[in-house]
Amino acid sequence: MNAVNNHISPKDLSETGIWNLMKDIYDPEIPVISIVDLGIVRSVELRELNKAEPKVTVTITPTYSGCPAMDVITMNIRMKLLEHGYKNIHIKTILSPAWTTDWMSREGKEKLAAFGIAPPNPSQSVCTLDLFQEQEVVQCPRCKSYHTKMVSRFGSTACKALYQCIDCNEPFDYFKCH
Amino acid sequence: MFQKTVKMKTNQRFDSSTNHLIAYPLHLADNALILGHRDSEWTGHGPILEQDIALSNIALDLIGQARNFYQYAAKLKADGSTEDTLAYLRDVNEFKNCLLVEQPNGDWGQTVTRQFLFSTYQYFLYQQLQHCSDKTIASIAEKGLKEVTYHTRWSSEWIIRLGDGTDESHTRMKNALNHLWEFTDELFIQSSYETGVAKHGIRVDHALIKEQWYEKVRSVLSEATLSIPESSQQKRENLGKEGHHTEHLYEILSEMQSLQRALPGCEW
Repeated sequence: MNAVNNHISPKDLSETGIWNLMKDIYDPEIPVISIVDLGIVRSVELRELNKAEPKVTVTITPTYSGCPAMDVITMNIRMKLLEHGYKNIHIKTILSPAWTTDWMSREGKEKLAAFGIAPPNPSQSVCTLDLFQEQEVVQCPRCKSYHTKMVSRFGSTACKALYQCIDCNEPFDYFKCH
Repeated sequence: MFQKTVKMKTNQRFDSSTNHLIAYPLHLADNALILGHRDSEWTGHGPILEQDIALSNIALDLIGQARNFYQYAAKLKADGSTEDTLAYLRDVNEFKNCLLVEQPNGDWGQTVTRQFLFSTYQYFLYQQLQHCSDKTIASIAEKGLKEVTYHTRWSSEWIIRLGDGTDESHTRMKNALNHLWEFTDELFIQSSYETGVAKHGIRVDHALIKEQWYEKVRSVLSEATLSIPESSQQKRENLGKEGHHTEHLYEILSEMQSLQRALPGCEW
């Protein structure tokens, strides 16, 4: 862990720099995907550059209303910024527009698949009121077969479902469309 | 995190319209919290692992929505209140949840019936609220609607499985409906603050929600081979929305609030 800097050197002051710091903050439950890849970070603003402590505002949005990781993510954002010498830190949470898996980056999806979590399908598979819906066809991240079945709509976290591959028999998490 | 002290501004004067603007998100929060708490009572006790996990996640969604509404109400109160003081330190008569959500879990059939009746209402309510003039309430509703869609679907499917199931499951569902039906009237009766906030652009067409709710409930019950219970002639006078609760809310709060009341300001 870096020692806390007392000054921000002028060359470090940039919104791009702060975005890069955000790319280093991973989802606490899914350690291969960053909060930027997830589309949780909505904007970064750097203001009052002439003052001793420039004002950083990071705006984030929760994935699910009750997502328990958001408090940890907020803390991690603050820690990361403090480590890099920022002191005047504001973290804003917005709810609208509502987060959707559409905001997950392509890189994020590739990282999920490489880690063994099936990435979300395109969002036309999102839940509707229709009863006994056909389950989404999800590809096995290990053997790439589409011959898979849903075991449970909920997996280790609210955002994931538990699937099993019928061909290779391995269970895997699926990041649900939302 | 729990605040150690709550500084109340005793000289702050509230007029009734301010009260209404605060009471409304509190009502929305209380509905979500009390039902979320009831659902969470099943955690570790569900009939099958997957359904235990499903209902626990539904509880989590509801508690998340409650937090959002409490945070907003606390901001409006601007008297040192926080989401925690509002959830853990208010007394029974200050809670504004409808009576339906405080009813006991009973058996699995009664739990899914309560969920179905309430989530269907919440679905049509949030559909309207996401367009209301209060941006915060609109955004909480927009976000919550995605989750409530699943709650409605999940509970509808269970009504059908159990209603159109065995003789025993059908009887249990009939009993559950007969027990809970009288609490549904209240959902569509406007409380004083619901009328009050309409003047501020938070207009909910309760007649429309009732129509949509009734149609959805009728169609699911029909598929489940269940009948709509007869409405009781006696109209319930005291509304949970106005702070008049059954003994069940006392039981819920005495458990839910016990730690904060025993050790005020305690933190993890």
